[in-house]
Amino acid sequence: MEVAKEILDIKESYETKYGFSDPEKYSFKAKKGLSGEMVRQISAIKSEPEWMLDFRLRALKIFFSRPMPQWGPKLEIDFNNIFYYIKPVEKQGRSWDDVPKDIKSTFDKLGIPEAERKFLAGVGAQYESESVYHHIQKELGQQGVIFLDMDSGLRECPEIVKKHFGKIIPAGDNKFAALNSAVWSGGSFVYVPENVKVAMPLQAYFRINAKNMGQFERTLIITEPGSSVHYVEGCSAPSYSEDSLHAAVVEILAKENSRLRYTTIQNWSNNVYNLVTKRAHAHRNAVVEWIDGNLGSKITMKYPSVYLLGEGAKANIISIAYAGRGQHQDAGGKAVHMAKNTSSTILSKSISKDGGKTTYRGLLRVAKGATGVMSNVRCDALILDDTSSSDTVPYMDVAEKNVSITHEATVGKVSEETLFYLMSRGLKESDAMALVVRGFIEPFTKELPMEYAVELNRLVHMEMTGAVG
Amino acid sequence: MKLEIENLHAEVDGKEILKGVTLTVKSGEVHAVMGPNGAGKSTLSNVIMGHPRYRVISGDVKLDGASILSMSPDKRARTGIFVSFQYPAEVPGVSIASFLRSAHGAINGKEMSVIDFQKLVKEKTKMLGISDDFIKRGLNEGFSGGEKKRGEILQMAVLSPRLAILDETDSGLDVDALRVVADGINRVSSSPDMGIILITHYNRILKYVIPDFVHVMHGGRIVRSGKSDLASFIEEKGYSSLEAT
Repeated sequence: MEVAKEILDIKESYETKYGFSDPEKYSFKAKKGLSGEMVRQISAIKSEPEWMLDFRLRALKIFFSRPMPQWGPKLEIDFNNIFYYIKPVEKQGRSWDDVPKDIKSTFDKLGIPEAERKFLAGVGAQYESESVYHHIQKELGQQGVIFLDMDSGLRECPEIVKKHFGKIIPAGDNKFAALNSAVWSGGSFVYVPENVKVAMPLQAYFRINAKNMGQFERTLIITEPGSSVHYVEGCSAPSYSEDSLHAAVVEILAKENSRLRYTTIQNWSNNVYNLVTKRAHAHRNAVVEWIDGNLGSKITMKYPSVYLLGEGAKANIISIAYAGRGQHQDAGGKAVHMAKNTSSTILSKSISKDGGKTTYRGLLRVAKGATGVMSNVRCDALILDDTSSSDTVPYMDVAEKNVSITHEATVGKVSEETLFYLMSRGLKESDAMALVVRGFIEPFTKELPMEYAVELNRLVHMEMTGAVG
Repeated sequence: MKLEIENLHAEVDGKEILKGVTLTVKSGEVHAVMGPNGAGKSTLSNVIMGHPRYRVISGDVKLDGASILSMSPDKRARTGIFVSFQYPAEVPGVSIASFLRSAHGAINGKEMSVIDFQKLVKEKTKMLGISDDFIKRGLNEGFSGGEKKRGEILQMAVLSPRLAILDETDSGLDVDALRVVADGINRVSSSPDMGIILITHYNRILKYVIPDFVHVMHGGRIVRSGKSDLASFIEEKGYSSLEAT
């Protein structure tokens, strides 16, 4: 019921709420364009160890040598017209009080109070390329939990980072993983020691502010045996007329009997190319869950994946995508079963409106010998008008017979009867439509922390009622 | 409140169904509209609510003297018209509670606080003997016929319209469920500000909900009007006995 209130209270326009931009204020801004020199410069400013510089330079070579993807949405990116590194403030804010005022006001305008203020103690927030605020709750520290921005992680936990960085997603995995590996900055580093269960969700809020600035955050999460953690990030960007690029890499290592849930809601402005590689390795009896919401952006290509490497490991991938005018959401999930008795569930829900396009692209692979695998893939598309579209590209590669696999796909529209029924109870047509959409994505929303569910429903409502402008 | 249906002609998919219906309903009155299948009863309720598939050919429907025919369904709802549908749409994932709060807010122009609204709903569910869990379920999602009807009556109780049209609210209910629903209607309709049109095929609900007036519809017209004894007459003689007149 809380949710319904939030939806109807929102009257302000998207531009006011999300389309603002604060005057840019940076302590260092690299030149536009990509070069070895620029990569060296980034690494030098961060005083990185030699191996990281080598890693970056190798990745840059790979990036240059790879063609653009020959599948999926057409990407028109001018790599020479992007800022690859911007450092907004000289030093990291130690406490919330140290965070500069204009940056705080940006968080205020983003509506973070609803989503985050309550949990501020656990927030790691990224503003531009560098985290400006990081605070780990005392208990977390005492439990040995490490929750840092990636740059600090590299400085403070060099052995762990060196051992795992770029191992689950090597630089050569794909062109954009290579780009990220070359110029990455920020992101989160999370380490949960054996048998530690982190009760509160760890939250990070990412944001792009400068024009033509690429955001290349890099996240690495390691859960030791028997531990559990929920990591949450929400993203939003102001609207700019020139295109921006977001190419992130998220690597997760879930060891035996550990549990990890990674929740993302992204709401990039409609000029952002959002190209993200997310992959988890799940060892014996580990459970990895990707909860992935994609709104906004011009093009999103994102297929969170789980490699089920140990017997009994489980993957759960739930995603929603919303595509409006000029948007293409190409999203889905991948489950790669390498061990016996592993199971996966992929639920994908997409909504297209005003000429938007959604694509479910998924992979289900079962290796030879991985008997007793159970997998359930379901994708539902809701198309709200005749100019919008949706399609499904499921790949299946099953090398084992003794498995149980189901795949279901539905495509639906909102019926005249449903709209009439809801309108007969006083709801305007757009509100009725928003309500149907809200119900459609409920299997996703119910997995979110309350504040995020409210925020998501509000965003969807703004999209539905045309408050987006 | 005064609803006036004046010589109403309406069609669906190019076929004329209502062929001159005239009926006036005032606050505090319960009108039963009876008739065989195909008489145009459900068409009447859909036309009054403004279903987009139905087209008015001529005639008028006025609420307190002003025509409502150019209004969209949501505007009609906001003037205080409510239809309890025979086959309400399923809206998966939207709980009755959150839907009702939105609807209540839309009709009253302002949403109640969560706490006040919970109180209101609690009062109504208690009155209707509906469990608290019921309102947490998805709107009509996987509901049995009886659950749908009770859900509609609950909506009516919470939204407290000025004119309620109950379309075949009794159909498909067993005797116990019928009694519960009828009891609910009586409780809600005890408000002197509300007028009711009770559309039914059978008169069995009229044993529990006593109408002030009974109208018999046939071939898209009201062919006979009377007091509640007309219902018993029809039960004995059947609709065909009226055709000759």
